[in-house]
Amino acid sequence: MTADPEILFEQVSKTFGRGGGEFEAIYDLSFAIGRGELVAILGKTGCGKSTTLNLISGLIRPSRGRVRVQGHDPYADFTRYRGKIGIVFQNDRLMPWRTAIENVALGLELNKVPRQKRLEIAASWLQRLGLSGHENNYPHALSGGMRQRVSIARAFAGEPDILLCDEPFSALDEHTGNALRDEFRALLRQTGATSIFITHSIDEALSLGERLMVLGRPAHIAYEATIGVDMSETEREAVRGRIRRVLAGDAAEQPA
Amino acid sequence: MAPGDGSGTTRRFRGLRLEAVVALAGLAAIWQIASLFVPHFLFPSIPEIAARLLAIFTSWSSLADALATSARILAGLAGAFVLGTLLAMPMARSTAFERYAYPLLNFNQGIPALSWVVVAIIWFRGIEFRIFFIMVMTTLPAFTFQVLDAYRAMSKDLFEMTLSFRPSRLDLLRALIWPTVLPGILTAWKVNLGNAARVVVVAELVGATGGVGYELLQQQQLFDMAGAVAWTLVLVIFVLVVQGLITLIESRALRYRAVAEQAL
Ligand SMILES: Nc1ncnc2c1ncn2[C@@H]1O[C@H](COP(=O)(O)OP(=O)(O)O)[C@@H](O)[C@H]1O
Ligand SMILES: [Mg+2]
Repeated sequence: MTADPEILFEQVSKTFGRGGGEFEAIYDLSFAIGRGELVAILGKTGCGKSTTLNLISGLIRPSRGRVRVQGHDPYADFTRYRGKIGIVFQNDRLMPWRTAIENVALGLELNKVPRQKRLEIAASWLQRLGLSGHENNYPHALSGGMRQRVSIARAFAGEPDILLCDEPFSALDEHTGNALRDEFRALLRQTGATSIFITHSIDEALSLGERLMVLGRPAHIAYEATIGVDMSETEREAVRGRIRRVLAGDAAEQPA
Repeated sequence: MAPGDGSGTTRRFRGLRLEAVVALAGLAAIWQIASLFVPHFLFPSIPEIAARLLAIFTSWSSLADALATSARILAGLAGAFVLGTLLAMPMARSTAFERYAYPLLNFNQGIPALSWVVVAIIWFRGIEFRIFFIMVMTTLPAFTFQVLDAYRAMSKDLFEMTLSFRPSRLDLLRALIWPTVLPGILTAWKVNLGNAARVVVVAELVGATGGVGYELLQQQQLFDMAGAVAWTLVLVIFVLVVQGLITLIESRALRYRAVAEQAL
């Protein structure tokens, strides 16, 4: 970890106006993520995980506190991060009017990479994700798993510094999700990008993350752990138990 | 708009092709039979009408009339489309603006074409400008609402995804907004084309010295039924041809959906 963290949250709170009242999705969240770290963020549905990612990508701004990405404000300096942040969403979000390869090339296109070059890059990413031969298929002609592969390729193709992944396998059936997860882990390790992987599955978090943050509700860090590759199964089981207790305890603490 | 609308229309056309021929041939047959029993000036025979139609298409001056009317329709639609888009964009962005614009457009929708004819004659001098004004005023509300609906139908997910790549405004328009609204715009053109064709002959009453509306007025004064039918057919043919062209564009531009339709 270098002196300057790649992603920094300082006492960040985010409230949404909802039906006249205020709803606190994130409360006093602070953390620092160093360059190249692979962090899994775990938390129950609705605890503010996607909101955290949206704050990092600058799509929304904090109500209180500071968010810094590579030392700048991602909301105010929105276009500064063009080509630097890739996002894999929960659903594939492919443009139905673009073929697979054109979908993969979208980010490159918006980043002004010349056509020939971006199609080459996109084709190589499709190949890496096992989709050779499907370059010119429209999304409707691909299965759910294939579509999510295309959307992963789209996020990786720009070789971003930062990869944000928002429960990318939760919309897939278990078998498809598991198969893709193993490939995805390998890809994440290869890119060397700072990666944040959001999930509500403890096993997924343990298998993907090098560092693990458990969010309580409203989002704050309820538990943190480092996952070493050399960790024994007993140690893993201990972390699992701890996370389960944190998540359960958090539920008990919920105000009525 | 439900996905597949455009190509659904295409399919409907294809499926109806034979029936359309049968229905129109039936109508012609009934007309022809009627012409045998009813005075000729009420029901001129089909060959007579066909001869008049042929005469229109082969004489340069009457062909010019038909082309003038066609050009007026297309110019009016283009004007209403541009203006409607310019209105729809702020309406989509600002609820306040929409709340003011909506009742005005709605009010406008209730105004008959003939009222605009009177207004245009009193307000403006140039005949072509009068016609253009009438065409725009009568087709504007529908165009605006249709463009607005098409824009509103844009997926929030796709918008967020595209935004996350931090495009310039122009790129956002080109990569996301345009492909999103295109199907709705093509449908709007098809729908408004029929309306515009009906309005244009009324608009041509502002003193046009040429055009289908002018010619129809002549036939009325001459009590010439064959001519009236022939000129009406000219307009109908124009609408069908342009609609066919739009359908062709649709099936090309929306082929990503047309394929989906085949799989259903
Ligand atoms: N734009 C918004 N307006 C109002 N409430 C929102 C908005 N975005 C998220 N929320 C609320 O904030 C909470 C956290 O949402 P989210 O970050 O999507 O949760 P997670 O991704 O952990 O499931 C939820 O209760 C959600 O309803
Ligand atoms: Mg979420």
